[in-house]
Amino acid sequence: MKLTLEEQDMLDGKYGNATQKSVEILITLGDIFDADGMVDVHGVQIAGVSYANLGEAGLEFLSEMAEDGKVRVLTTLNPAGMDRENWQALGIDEEFAKNQNRAIDAFAKMGIITTCSCTPYLIGNSPHYGQHIAWAESSAVCYANSVIGARTNREGGPSALASAITGKTPKYGYHLDENRHGEVLVKVNAAVNGTDEFGVLGKIIGDKLVELGKKIPYIEGIPEATIEELKSFCASVATYGGTALFHMEGITPEYNKYPKPVDISFEISQSDLNKTRSELIDDDLEIDFVSIGCPHASIYEIERIASLLKGKKVKKEFWITTARPTKRIADEAGYSKIIEEAGAKFAADTCCVVAPIKGRFKGIMVDSAKACYYGRAKNQFKVKIGPIKECVEEAIK
Amino acid sequence: MCGGGYKMKLEGRKIYKGTAEAEAIVTKDGISFYGGVDPDTGKVVEVGHELEGQSIAGKVFVFPTGKGSTVGSYTMYRMKKNNLAPAAIVNKQIDTIIAVGCIISEIPCVDQINTNEIKTGQRLIVNGTEGTIEIID
Repeated sequence: MKLTLEEQDMLDGKYGNATQKSVEILITLGDIFDADGMVDVHGVQIAGVSYANLGEAGLEFLSEMAEDGKVRVLTTLNPAGMDRENWQALGIDEEFAKNQNRAIDAFAKMGIITTCSCTPYLIGNSPHYGQHIAWAESSAVCYANSVIGARTNREGGPSALASAITGKTPKYGYHLDENRHGEVLVKVNAAVNGTDEFGVLGKIIGDKLVELGKKIPYIEGIPEATIEELKSFCASVATYGGTALFHMEGITPEYNKYPKPVDISFEISQSDLNKTRSELIDDDLEIDFVSIGCPHASIYEIERIASLLKGKKVKKEFWITTARPTKRIADEAGYSKIIEEAGAKFAADTCCVVAPIKGRFKGIMVDSAKACYYGRAKNQFKVKIGPIKECVEEAIK
Repeated sequence: MCGGGYKMKLEGRKIYKGTAEAEAIVTKDGISFYGGVDPDTGKVVEVGHELEGQSIAGKVFVFPTGKGSTVGSYTMYRMKKNNLAPAAIVNKQIDTIIAVGCIISEIPCVDQINTNEIKTGQRLIVNGTEGTIEIID
């Protein structure tokens, strides 16, 4: 790796301990992946925020970095283990809340904006086409690379923090044109509609990519897609396939920048969609929990939930997980009042994946294929996927 | 060389600086520190792992490569704070989680070593600054 004078000074400790440690991490990663130098990043998204994942060790590392570390670029956080205001109503215990706040305080001390959300692109950490960023959070990485056309590798918690503190990332992988072309042609021969169905599509493509040992699909046959459908698709294809970048013909900005893959292809039919949907609905299901907002609900989705819940009462635990700024818009628009009067709960700053709710419910209904994966694996729930409308109907049934 | 002591030097790639001399513990299986190693005992706890139940604390830990969640880097840091970290790490091919874990925990580390040439119980000197390891008996 060629270092600039400034980077060499960072390595020599002239900018303090946190910067030195950070640049050491980035140089090592650059050497491992054969980067020839660093590139400046315009923004950072940090994962590893939930105390359930960090533990005391992670917290100690963050506290040490916060002693003299300050971020150089706009940096936001992934969801935490709890809603920072409403945690008691969501059944989070006090000890956990205390520790979670210690972690968030350490991030705040470094100058990080502590909106805890997996959709930074909806709340102002919004890169432009072609910009280099260093993001953790697999669904947001996939969204930034694919839907926006920004450039990031799949960072982990410490490497993203290192980029925030130095403003740099080693230039390899998805930062380079040569690694961004499609590898597998996916022909979709079915109508795909709604966040749930785009999640099902993401699982089919993700599973198939793992089987093929490939990462970047080029998808054709999708005439249109909303932001909500794309964020659901990103979360799913990243969860099941480890995908950080896809191209979608006529939809994503780089689809015609590189040659269309021809050597490897597969097709997806309506019956494939039906079959995979059924894999995301468990047998002997007893639903006692409904959650919408994986990834975090947009204001459009909250408006829809409010209109479906108006004048009704929910009979099951029902969470709407979202970013706090989005929740504030919902407050001002009057949607929150309608939703809370119906007995549903907002869980801002957190989500059904990272909150410490393992074993607390029997069955969860969601509109997200990613939430199905973690609901099963991490929280040991039975799962059912369905459109938002059916999720709301289940909650009031 | 007198005394008939066996000595061999292997050249690899430096990942994290520092030197350590300790006994080797070797596995052909990958390692996930998050969930696979108990940071409060230093023992491998992954069910079915070749080293299940054995401690890696204070040893030169030799394994092909890392696997699993990125939270593993923090687990390594926690082991260091508990004085239960390996003295050094030697890999065939380093991955991001182990590399970042070694840096934040300051564990000397070398990769691109043919780990099949090392046996559990041998004494090793790991030089993470030069990227070499020596088998000294």
